[in-house]
Amino acid sequence: MATVTTPAAVARTTPPSDAPPSRRRRGAREGGTPVGTYVILGLLFVVLLFPVYYGLVGSLMKPADINAYPAKLWPSSGVALSNYANALDVIPLGRQYLNSAAVAVLVVLGQLVTSVGAAYALVFLKLRARRFWFILLLSTMMIPWEAIIIPNYLAIAQVGLINTIAALALPYLAAGFGIFLLRQAFLTFPMELRDAARVDGVGNFGFLWRILIPLTRPTLAALGVWSFLSAWNMYFWPLLITQAPENQTIQIGISQLQSVDANDPGMVLAGVVLALLPTLALVLFGQRFIVKGLTAGSGK
Amino acid sequence: MTAVTSVAERERTGRRPSGRESWGAFVYLVPALLVFVAFFFVPLARSFYLSFQRSDLFGRPSGFVGWEHYGDLFTDPGFGKVLLVTLGFVLLTVIPSMLIGLVLALLLQNRIRGVKFFRTAFALPFAFSVATAAVLFGVMLNPATGVVNGLLSRIGVAPVGWLTDPAWALISVAITSVWMQVGYNLLVLAAGLGAVPDDVLEAARLDGASGVRLQLSVVMPLVSPQLFFLAVTGTIQALQSFGQIHILTRGGPDRSTETLVYSIYDVAFANNNSNFGAGSAQAIVLLLVVLAITAFQFGFLERKVFYA
Repeated sequence: MATVTTPAAVARTTPPSDAPPSRRRRGAREGGTPVGTYVILGLLFVVLLFPVYYGLVGSLMKPADINAYPAKLWPSSGVALSNYANALDVIPLGRQYLNSAAVAVLVVLGQLVTSVGAAYALVFLKLRARRFWFILLLSTMMIPWEAIIIPNYLAIAQVGLINTIAALALPYLAAGFGIFLLRQAFLTFPMELRDAARVDGVGNFGFLWRILIPLTRPTLAALGVWSFLSAWNMYFWPLLITQAPENQTIQIGISQLQSVDANDPGMVLAGVVLALLPTLALVLFGQRFIVKGLTAGSGK
Repeated sequence: MTAVTSVAERERTGRRPSGRESWGAFVYLVPALLVFVAFFFVPLARSFYLSFQRSDLFGRPSGFVGWEHYGDLFTDPGFGKVLLVTLGFVLLTVIPSMLIGLVLALLLQNRIRGVKFFRTAFALPFAFSVATAAVLFGVMLNPATGVVNGLLSRIGVAPVGWLTDPAWALISVAITSVWMQVGYNLLVLAAGLGAVPDDVLEAARLDGASGVRLQLSVVMPLVSPQLFFLAVTGTIQALQSFGQIHILTRGGPDRSTETLVYSIYDVAFANNNSNFGAGSAQAIVLLLVVLAITAFQFGFLERKVFYA
């Protein structure tokens, strides 16, 4: 890999941002003028980002403004922070926030433990019928969750776990995707390090805990971010297995706001913004982990 | 030296793991297997079982009915409509979200000022869950007070019954889904385009290719793995969509947004219907459709996609 260094290889590995000549070259790539590019980008920007803008601004609008026809685009008669207080008031959003956080933390920890364990056994340990186990574990990725949601609901109801945090998290404590992601990362781990550890008398668990996990932290972080997003955002399952508002998650909570007061869209949007804060922070500050996790498997 | 030979010895014994070694390894699989057995494999078997059972008033299986539920599905014109709506929803979601994602990815390949800003901005919808996006769009698409009709009225367009008109409801749900999907498609396609080697483009340009021609005949084949991946995963995801339909339309008006997954919910859970047998038959249909698409992905089409 590192033996032949062609100009093309250099161009490929050089970050485009600090290579002015290649910037000009790439600029010409599209054939269109930069003006045309900006116009189309600007147009798509306005259309695609308008909902984000309106969600934030609308959450601060008084009913008189947000219900005006034709609709207003800014809070012209003053900012209504009371929308947030109202949202927290009509539905126990604070409690639901904690429920969502508890479920997300359980799911993240669970997926890290189960995925690390399974991927470790598949890559590093002397496992009989390795291929069989690999296919079995990964086959869960092909089963649409909605196709098995009825028996899962019935099972949770049978053991009396309806309306519990445990029931919300249990089915998501392992995921084929997590195992796949970590397996791919473990496969690229330098075998010399494992051999060196063995020579030093480090056992299976010691190697996993003291060497492998610290050295694959970026991938583990990617899995953590991914599983947090999916746990925080889930809708169908919590809708089925929680009924009392104080047991529901924030996602179900905000979907109820509309039915509580249909004449107060500002309050509804305030709930949306509240539910959005953790994931918005992740997208803004943890994007490299999201890209790492979510594009896994898309290319070759 | 002794250390080296001892590693070699272990490697040799490693060819065929001993029973003890294999059990030691198996222990690490157990946590994941427990979850999968309890919440994937056993429920999968039970879904098949339930689909051949009658359900009593409380949803308990109450007797074998053979293929009755399946027979009902394929003689019921209502279920034919469900499949048509599902197909429509998939097409209305996957094609626009791929096209918009592709246009964005191509434009952001230009090394123009502000690319970083645009990249971050276009990733923002990605932060929305299905519930936050659907509730937000529900407010914006409200026929009476929504901002979308408000803006349209300023340019003289009559109010549209986005969520109340059977002709528009599916489109509105699809718009919401496309909006959620575009950011992800952009991420995947941008990663693919970033990996297109410059010398390939250089060679194409030297041969006289430029502009749209260059994009279509040179760049497109090079990102075909990503396009194919997005088409398949996007289709599967659209097939599984539930939250936006439940929040925006509840399958209505006039069942115009009743997709397969929503229909499963309707039959099994909505209004205490508790018809778990019939619902399970529909769930098996969903399973088979998704498995067929996955098999198609692995077996047939993937060979026709160009890998750089």
